[in-house]
Amino acid sequence: MDQIVGVSKSIFELYLSKHTFTLLFCSIVFSIVSCTSTGQLSESASTSHTSFKPEKTETEERLEEVYWAKVESAKMNFTQADVDFMVGMIAHHSQALIMSDLAPKNEAGSMVQTLAARIINAQKDEIASMQRWLRERNQPVPKVHIDGLTLTITMESPEGQSSGHEHMEHSHSAHAGPDHSGMPGMLTQDQLNELAGLNGDAFDQAFLTYMISHHEGGVTMVKELFNTDGAALDHQAFRLASDIQVDQTTEIERMELMLQNMKGS
Amino acid sequence: MNKKISFVNFLMKVCTVKKLSILIMITAFAGLISCSTSENAQQRNQSTIPQLSEAPRPVPDPRVGLQAGVFDAEEAIWNLRKMSSTPPTEDFLGAVNSDLAFKGNYVIQGNYNGFMVWDLTNPEDPQLVVDYLCPASQSDVSVYEDLLFVSGEGLGGRLDCGSEGVPETVSEVRLRGIRIFDISDIKNPKYISNVQTCRGSHTHSVLKDPDDNENVYVYVSGSAMVRPEEELPGCSDLLPEDDPNSALFRIEVIQVPLSNPEEAAIVNSPRIFEDLEAAPSHGLAPADLEEIEQAKADGKFVGHFYGRERIISGRFITELLNEIVEERGGNGDPTAADSSALRENLQEMLDERMAERSTGEDDRGPNQCHDITLYPEIGLAGGACEGYGLLLDISDPVKPVRVDAVADSNFAYWHSATFNNDGSKVLFTDEWGGGTQPKCRATDPMEWGANAIFTVEKDSMNFKSYYKMPAAQTPQENCVAHNGSLIPIPGRDIMVQSWYQGGVSIFDWTDPENPIEIAYHDRGPVHAEQPVLAGSWSVYWYNGMIVSSEIARGLDIFELTPSDFLTENEIAAANTVKLTYLNAQGQPKYVWPPTFELMHAYLDQLQREREHDLDFIESIRDGLDKAEEANGSEKALLLNQLARQLEVEANGSTHKSKTRVLARTMKTMSSKI
Repeated sequence: MDQIVGVSKSIFELYLSKHTFTLLFCSIVFSIVSCTSTGQLSESASTSHTSFKPEKTETEERLEEVYWAKVESAKMNFTQADVDFMVGMIAHHSQALIMSDLAPKNEAGSMVQTLAARIINAQKDEIASMQRWLRERNQPVPKVHIDGLTLTITMESPEGQSSGHEHMEHSHSAHAGPDHSGMPGMLTQDQLNELAGLNGDAFDQAFLTYMISHHEGGVTMVKELFNTDGAALDHQAFRLASDIQVDQTTEIERMELMLQNMKGS
Repeated sequence: MNKKISFVNFLMKVCTVKKLSILIMITAFAGLISCSTSENAQQRNQSTIPQLSEAPRPVPDPRVGLQAGVFDAEEAIWNLRKMSSTPPTEDFLGAVNSDLAFKGNYVIQGNYNGFMVWDLTNPEDPQLVVDYLCPASQSDVSVYEDLLFVSGEGLGGRLDCGSEGVPETVSEVRLRGIRIFDISDIKNPKYISNVQTCRGSHTHSVLKDPDDNENVYVYVSGSAMVRPEEELPGCSDLLPEDDPNSALFRIEVIQVPLSNPEEAAIVNSPRIFEDLEAAPSHGLAPADLEEIEQAKADGKFVGHFYGRERIISGRFITELLNEIVEERGGNGDPTAADSSALRENLQEMLDERMAERSTGEDDRGPNQCHDITLYPEIGLAGGACEGYGLLLDISDPVKPVRVDAVADSNFAYWHSATFNNDGSKVLFTDEWGGGTQPKCRATDPMEWGANAIFTVEKDSMNFKSYYKMPAAQTPQENCVAHNGSLIPIPGRDIMVQSWYQGGVSIFDWTDPENPIEIAYHDRGPVHAEQPVLAGSWSVYWYNGMIVSSEIARGLDIFELTPSDFLTENEIAAANTVKLTYLNAQGQPKYVWPPTFELMHAYLDQLQREREHDLDFIESIRDGLDKAEEANGSEKALLLNQLARQLEVEANGSTHKSKTRVLARTMKTMSSKI
């Protein structure tokens, strides 16, 4: 009860200046309603609901310092292989976004559109997680720029300055930055163009076929990481990589089945 | 009455400023307390218990927009009372708290650094009994009598419990599998044995077969990579047809002799996925084939990669060329000779480098399970296995047999299962995003990362609905369906469940098509701007307590408070159920002793369900009160009279079964007097 009073007082002070009138009006009317009504409304008194901000004890204050120190130091347990994995996987995921973005535009079937929406949702989040992982470890962070079928990745240095420029159009010209086109499952620019030119059922079939092999490539990259001395010892990296592996393996099965049904029908 | 409610809603909309609304709720709450009189209380007691769909709930949801903090995050709580929050010890702080196992008055809390044992005798102030340092993820824990089982999956777990990790990819000191501790003296756990497995143990389930008192069985689910044969002989990730001993597409059954637990060993590796939607390989698409032919013609490097012919280029080729240069003892740029050496040995090098031996994994059904929930009393298990939910017959614990499988296009990754008490329903969770991603944002679909509820009819599962914790969470909060357990409210299916930083949600799924939330607790994120892994990993009902393992903050203990959704009698009846132990993936059958709490709970439910008119309910209630005060034979007589009255009434009722269950409870109690 004390805590509730405390909260209501501080919120009151916070809002008093701006919202005095509405506040008083609402509170008063509310009190009247709650006092005069019976039955259902008074039942709501029994559904006890509170929100509160706990006070930190001295022990908790100290523990919180230890907590953040440990969270920080745990971040330093990584290898170059982990960094390479994250950088590569960001580019790999980015291409999946390009492919998935096509689904609604190219009149994909509803199953494929749902799948594509799921891939976008999942892989965008994972890209953000991997960028954060790199940033928190003071590593260069790939920044993704997608313009239609063109993927450009710029490397943001730890200090926040652009340190390189990587153009990911999969033509056979020379690349300015590290070349990700050799990563397993990556589509060539020609394949992307081809996919972009398809519609409806033809798009669905090509999309599933390419995405299956794209996902398989992702799984392969996880395998490679786990087969490298000292890699994936960082819990976050281990979990991220394991999650990518299980998610994509599961999705591959679903896509195989979709493709099968599509070809059978 | 409805008019008043909509007036309240109208007021809520007028007062849209969020914090303002909180204040209003508080003011209204205080107002209610101040104007509730003893007369009101009595009126309430006699008034009707609302039907679930009509009971009012906090609007707007106070879980939305809670302030961040590690130990001082803002909290919202509804129809629960927090009894305590206890931070981890310093050695375990900052590492992930994982699952829970209960034994007597103790709870064992797994942590990526080992496990902690807490004495729950006073749930307002749990006491640390021991914190045992022994790093390995995920450190999922289970107990049976004097044995504690701990899962190890991560690459850094050591046989000697050391914290220095294992940097080598092949090492004799690595532990991936199950550790076994003797906890006969729970203050001094003794590490007695371990069972190594090829894929490690992400989670495990402990099976005590009612017909076997010599052994206990541990089902191991591993989802990480198969380790190299050089590290653990016999481990293979070839396809089963290429190597019958392949570690893929199977689970491990470990038999633990209770008299000799150090002799625990794998006794079977059943392939419970066999013939499950084995989607045939579609081969390469015409475009792929064309591309490859063109690449070959252009003189590019082409090799078999993950079971298919692919163009190998870029970084890989550079690395492989550098390897060749290194092997011949040279330095500098590769020469033309190196390039032709690569062309000659490409496939061999690829195979070696990638340890790429398995082919066409994608051509089959699931490769592994995440969790297998065992319910020995009904002889069934629910397997959450990648893209499928399985129903398994476990009447022979060594040889589980699949009886049904379901898939669902809204599910990303089947994580765990919970049966209702009579086994007529099963609920699967979808750990979309693996638990580390924020999947409860306002934009995330409610049927993704949710629970799917099925009825179980004659060995088949039929989908009914989804349930997802309904309050939108911030992008800083990892949130998705996770572990929980049934709460033994008699006559209802009620579950408490963890949603990571979505908090703890309690919901009623008695009506499988209309699950409804009835209580919750939630905190703001750990950090206002950055996502930090935290939240409730798992939460279980255990002997009246609701115990949650909070990943970052430690151990939370709650108790239910009476509400429109759950009466005092129903809570009291749940609390008559006493367990001697409880494991995450082992489901106990709840049995309620015949008590007045139980009878009153059923009566409250008859009233809530509008099964009989209020006068009849009140007359039975009065009769029960009289019987409770009476002694000996008079008590027995009164109970029998009430039972007869109910049986007569039941004949004219649409819900005959609950009225009869109440009558039967009265008779059972009467016969025991």
